[in-house]
Amino acid sequence: MSLLDELPGADTDTAGAETPQSAKPVSRSRLVFSRLRGMPRFWVGVVGLGAIALWAIFGLVPNAWNYTDLDIYNMGSSPSRLHWFGTSDIGEDIYAQTIVGLRKSLIIGLLVGPLAAIVAGIVGAVAGYLGGWWDRVIVWFIDLLLVLPSLFLFILLSPIFKSLSWVALIFLLAGFGWMIMARVIRAQTRSLRERDFIKAARFMGVDTWTIIRRHILPNVSSLLIIDATLGVGGAILSETTLSFFGFGIQAPDVSLGTLLAAGQSAAATRPWLFIFPAAILVFTVLSASLIGDALRDAVDPTSGANRD
Amino acid sequence: MRAAKADPLIGFITKRFINYAILTAIATLSAYALASAILNPAARYLGRNPRPSDETINAILDNLGVNPNTPVIERMWNWIVNLVTQGSLGETIHNTTVVSEIAARAGTSLRLLIIGTIIAAIVGVVLGVWGAVRQYRFSDQAISYGSFTILAIPSFVLGILLMILATMLNNLLGMQLISFTGEYTAGLDGGWWAHFWDRAVHLLLPTISLALMGAAAYSRYQRSAMLDVLSADYIRTARSKGRTRGSALVRHGVRVALIPMSTYFAYSFATVLAGAAVTELVFSWHGMGEMLVNAITQSDINAFTGAILFNAVLILIAGTLSDVVYAALDPRVRV
Repeated sequence: MSLLDELPGADTDTAGAETPQSAKPVSRSRLVFSRLRGMPRFWVGVVGLGAIALWAIFGLVPNAWNYTDLDIYNMGSSPSRLHWFGTSDIGEDIYAQTIVGLRKSLIIGLLVGPLAAIVAGIVGAVAGYLGGWWDRVIVWFIDLLLVLPSLFLFILLSPIFKSLSWVALIFLLAGFGWMIMARVIRAQTRSLRERDFIKAARFMGVDTWTIIRRHILPNVSSLLIIDATLGVGGAILSETTLSFFGFGIQAPDVSLGTLLAAGQSAAATRPWLFIFPAAILVFTVLSASLIGDALRDAVDPTSGANRD
Repeated sequence: MRAAKADPLIGFITKRFINYAILTAIATLSAYALASAILNPAARYLGRNPRPSDETINAILDNLGVNPNTPVIERMWNWIVNLVTQGSLGETIHNTTVVSEIAARAGTSLRLLIIGTIIAAIVGVVLGVWGAVRQYRFSDQAISYGSFTILAIPSFVLGILLMILATMLNNLLGMQLISFTGEYTAGLDGGWWAHFWDRAVHLLLPTISLALMGAAAYSRYQRSAMLDVLSADYIRTARSKGRTRGSALVRHGVRVALIPMSTYFAYSFATVLAGAAVTELVFSWHGMGEMLVNAITQSDINAFTGAILFNAVLILIAGTLSDVVYAALDPRVRV
């Protein structure tokens, strides 16, 4: 355990650009990977998410129906050999709709998680490194966004985003998903700033942006990777909640949220309209968060709940 | 002597409270400005048939203080003056005051929030401590996977799943044991006791839903905070002094592990509020969550700002409470 504490600092002591990137980081990533391999959680998550992704890509191939097809002879039928997940009131094939919805939700999640982590890294590093007024203003702004629940802001902003395509939703979700991590990164950066290798770079006249890019961000990268992974699940949850209440993905497009909204009224009488999409949603988010949690434990087994 | 001991504590809490109060004010005013920029209150009247004249619309909007032709700064100033001098939050587009609207709905939301949060905190802390003490045993694994699964369920899905289960249970028993639509049965006959029982039954599923979400999150944090503490030397010291294992864990372990939890509680409270709003909507309760969403869909700036102010004040209270707990637990604050 004490070995690991030494490692993050040792990684980038020699800051020369020509240092072979592989030599030192590999030892650390190998260490992290060997820990990951020993965690059942990690494998459950990886296999689960991999299976979901493959299913989203190839799942429509063996199915006889497309998601826009209407089977007027089998309206509101329960799961059968013809319609694997049953059909809706107007004869839509729930299996095909689930896969198309899953694709959209997955794409949104996989893009929003990393995007939010990038914003968190840059904002947190800038606030922590520059200090002073920059720091104060950024922290106030972050606290402000933490006081206003982001769900309410999403709903408020939804009239604007409804008229744009669903891609705009990605930026909206990423724009409100970075605050907590930015605070953590800021705290880490403040302690990094006092380390010798950063001081050395500063006294050598390296400019601020280069120090942040070359010395600060690589040192908090493990945190950012964890955040990006955990953010995938969070983004999918936000997207489905918004779409469920009609503030997210709009009519011609299908996501797991709109599908659940359509199945909600019949949830008690014809549960397959609701249960299948819901189960796939939960399984997807669960897989992503298991990977994220395993990564967190592997990167820093001593990590507590609260680094800030 | 006594005053000297208490001073830093009060100073700490006052400082934090003022910090939160300023944040609350700025958050509310930002919400007002944002809502004014996005929502168009005139749209509601333009769609009417026959369409009211522009003067009529202007007069209505001026009366509400939401006319887009008046600069935002001026409207916001009027809003603040009204709030400070008359304690008024303006009128909704349905010609009721925002304050009366909040008064009618706040009780519903607060009942759900307070009961749900307390149950969540207690269950979460107990499960977290249990999981940490029994690390990697079966019960720890079960709690961990259970809370991961609950955290992966969106709150609206959890609510609907509970409703499906309750329907199945009701069908199985052949009677309406658990009712879950709305906050109470309309037109119920019977005395005070019948009404109380009716509300308690309606409260059951939303509270379970909210408490499950909260407990799952808290138990993860409490577990890892507790694991940090368990490896500390002072636990071993306490044991070697002759304290029993249970006593050392509670007096020296749980107490210290609750300190980071109190900070997390303050930060997570906004999420709890959002979760409660979703839960209210799913169970068709007429609470603050519904008011907020309705205000946005009906472009009602005053009602929206009122609802945001209500939420911000709740966060202010939760934040201050968690600071009090923090100060009570952590002697370093009091030095």
